[in-house]
Amino acid sequence: MSIETLLQEHAEKDLLRFITCGSVDDGKSTLIGRLLFDSRQVYEDQLSAVERDSRKWGTQGEATDLALLVDGLQSEREQGITIDVAYRYFSTPTRKFIIADTPGHEQYTRNMATGASTADAAVILVDARRGLQTQTRRHSFIVSLLGIEQVVVAINKMDLVDYDQARFENICADYQAFADKLDFAAIHCLPVVALHGDNMLEQSDRMPWYQGPPLLGLLESLPTRQQRSDGQFRFPVQYVNRHSSDFRGFAGTVASGQIELGERVMVVPSGRQTEVAGIVCFDGNRERATAGEAVTLTLTDEIDISRGDMLVRPDARPRVAEALDARVVWMVDQPLLTGRQYDIKLGTRTMSATPELIHHRIDVNTLEHQHVEQLDLNEIALVRWRLSAPAAFDSYRTCPATGAFVIIDRISNLTVGAGMVVRPVTDSLADKSQNVVWHEHRIAKSQRAGQKSQRPAVLWFTGLSGAGKSSVANALEMALFQRGYHSYLLDGDNVRHGLNRDLGFTDEDRVENIRRIGEVARLMADAGLVVLSAFISPFRADRAMVRELMEPGEFVEIHVQASLETCESRDPKGLYARARAGAIRNFTGIDSPYEAPEKPEVILDTETLSIEECVDVLLDYLKSRRILV
Amino acid sequence: MSVASQGAATRMSHLAMLEAEAIHIIREVAAEFTRPVMLYSVGKDSGVMLHLARKAFYPAPPPFPLLHVDTTWKFRAMYEFRDRIAAEVGMELLVHINQDGVAQGVGPFSHGSRVHTDIMKTQSLKQALDKYGFDAAFGGARRDEERSRAKERVFSFRDRQHAWDPKNQRPELWNLYNGRVQKGESIRVFPLSNWTELDIWQYIYQEDIPMVPLYFAAERPVVERDGMLLMVDDGRIPLQPGERPRPRMVRFRTLGCWPLTGAVESTATTLLDVIEETIQVKHSERQGRAIDQDVGASMEEKKRQGYF
Repeated sequence: MSIETLLQEHAEKDLLRFITCGSVDDGKSTLIGRLLFDSRQVYEDQLSAVERDSRKWGTQGEATDLALLVDGLQSEREQGITIDVAYRYFSTPTRKFIIADTPGHEQYTRNMATGASTADAAVILVDARRGLQTQTRRHSFIVSLLGIEQVVVAINKMDLVDYDQARFENICADYQAFADKLDFAAIHCLPVVALHGDNMLEQSDRMPWYQGPPLLGLLESLPTRQQRSDGQFRFPVQYVNRHSSDFRGFAGTVASGQIELGERVMVVPSGRQTEVAGIVCFDGNRERATAGEAVTLTLTDEIDISRGDMLVRPDARPRVAEALDARVVWMVDQPLLTGRQYDIKLGTRTMSATPELIHHRIDVNTLEHQHVEQLDLNEIALVRWRLSAPAAFDSYRTCPATGAFVIIDRISNLTVGAGMVVRPVTDSLADKSQNVVWHEHRIAKSQRAGQKSQRPAVLWFTGLSGAGKSSVANALEMALFQRGYHSYLLDGDNVRHGLNRDLGFTDEDRVENIRRIGEVARLMADAGLVVLSAFISPFRADRAMVRELMEPGEFVEIHVQASLETCESRDPKGLYARARAGAIRNFTGIDSPYEAPEKPEVILDTETLSIEECVDVLLDYLKSRRILV
Repeated sequence: MSVASQGAATRMSHLAMLEAEAIHIIREVAAEFTRPVMLYSVGKDSGVMLHLARKAFYPAPPPFPLLHVDTTWKFRAMYEFRDRIAAEVGMELLVHINQDGVAQGVGPFSHGSRVHTDIMKTQSLKQALDKYGFDAAFGGARRDEERSRAKERVFSFRDRQHAWDPKNQRPELWNLYNGRVQKGESIRVFPLSNWTELDIWQYIYQEDIPMVPLYFAAERPVVERDGMLLMVDDGRIPLQPGERPRPRMVRFRTLGCWPLTGAVESTATTLLDVIEETIQVKHSERQGRAIDQDVGASMEEKKRQGYF
């Protein structure tokens, strides 16, 4: 292979960041050392240094202690343990990896949260002899709290339990049962012996009963946290670039979504609007900026914008509020005290904020909610914060880049905690709830859905009247019912005559109609159901509003597509004829527009597909998305 | 009929992600600190860092000066290159030399690498930071270079003595960096933390970043001493009996003070040759530097004391 080809190959690799966590003796450093060693990321002189160190500090007798490749600091070598977050790098022909190596010590939960904050996936180590430990549960919870959805459970030291398949399966089952309470999209269990390399790079012949991929193969195939270019456009202004009297640029990293030249943007929280005049880059100006890119925007109008403001699309704004509820991980010995003033850094905005009340502390071992007056080191709680000024933000689940903050002590300047926004608190709600402490439902949504072997979802069928929305939705629901899934279909028949019978067909009423349907769909999704909704829902903004109500990935927009001529020729209810005759006003497609989805998850063309074929497409899609298990 | 792709995720390559991350870090410093400075060592990592800084503030030049801590023992080619680049990018270049050290005649041959590095580099850097009152200093260090670096934060806090406390670092989550300091304290900032050596080379190639000629093989006068190939860059080397500089095809994998930086034999005269050699090399990058040859965590010791 020529060097240019090799560079080309390297240039095209993507990047997976993962965190490793486990109890002190689970063999984590050995596992990482083995990955680095076997993937040839260790240079000869490093290895000879490790061999030398092995004789001095090693725990493997005469053999080279691969853990020493990883354990960096002198003090921890002396204690024989890892104490902080360390980052390791290796790559394979298809992917580059960054490992955040974090400690198993109970008192270092904060480091785990740190490592998990930027990770796409987590590798959780379990000692096959000991099975799940308190630490395993704690680590899994933190990983889930930080929004990681892909988990690899590496059950290590299988050699010490005679490669016993039953032992492995018991631990896997224990883990699955526990993890049901958490929000993982996928859990991959595999048996390994990190010390000897079994199931690390290649399948081990000592455990022929394990048919899955080895650890490295698994890591190569895991999805990365989606670059959120499909989310709403969010651009926290980081730095105002005043190059000359005629250049004023707003530099920052696109946190989510994308924006194009000429698009209209709004500055929040001020609410002023303007247009994108230029996307300025060293390598030449661009037409578009996408999530993850660091760019400089120039705007058409001269309006006052400073660091900490956010540029968004006027039709997809973040929440703006003076108070918020957030999950907080506390990271220092001095406790978090309500009423005390801290600074928080949320995106590019730093402001003072006061924790008003602690809703509850979450016991990381049992996940129980407990009433507490203060928050101590390594504890996690839902806390209400009062901000010094209105700020724009999203929920952490919707957009981590605009929903995460760090808490800074105003006197010591230390980073004392990390927060993840759950929801904004509007003033009226805050006032009312002074005496009402908000409790989470005892039964989590994921538990309700898990009981039904499915993930909640809202399948939103949209399209012209007569395109086949109801027919396909009905047929799909029947198919789901026959397969034992729990679903509910919302359509004109059961909504227009009851819940929404007070609504007509004016623009306002149409918006309210969709809003109510969206809220009902959300409640049903909360109950763990697969919700199907079949309404024309002609306006993009309305559908976007419903999408916003749901958790990321929950809303599936399905465009049921057929030409207006076809729909009119079908005319199952004779509505087109009446609309053409002028008997019905504001009829979609005739005298009211239909705004087709720009990026639907699924498109069904009912001019070429039968209803049965549409159902098959949808079932495949739902399985690929793991909505159906 | 089609199942539309899951959102329109435009996939960024790892290098594009690293670039965006570094630019974000550099801008964050410019926005939050009163008096930042970019340490410029003339080496390839410095070159990449400077290039990223130019990108971060384009069309303006970076809003901070460059600082070169000059031990007076750098290769001549490095001085020439340094002055040319600073002029090209239009940034202020500050050069600091520890005049106490000069007065005492400190040098690697007379005092050994440990004392020379401490006085002319570590102490000199602290002097410069104090003299100008910098509250943030960019460095081009990467976490993959050395074990103790793997644990260092992107924003690495230094106390008034410029010391690093590896056991008491600020937690660093997401891309939310805490740049708060009291007067006299400072932050060392490492925008290239997550880059590997191959990433650096790849980026230099992709962006066509200028490099000191010393990185490329040429015939240079060399003596072999203690297994290290020393280039005789000026007349200050006390030659031992029997030692005579001979021309050999060599190049440098890292650049430092010439008496402390070993050359490697090489025929790599182009950037692609160098990258090819780098990929195949089986010795880690810092091996050519005499200062890392102490037992165990020597770099950690130096950093605790304020070495970059």
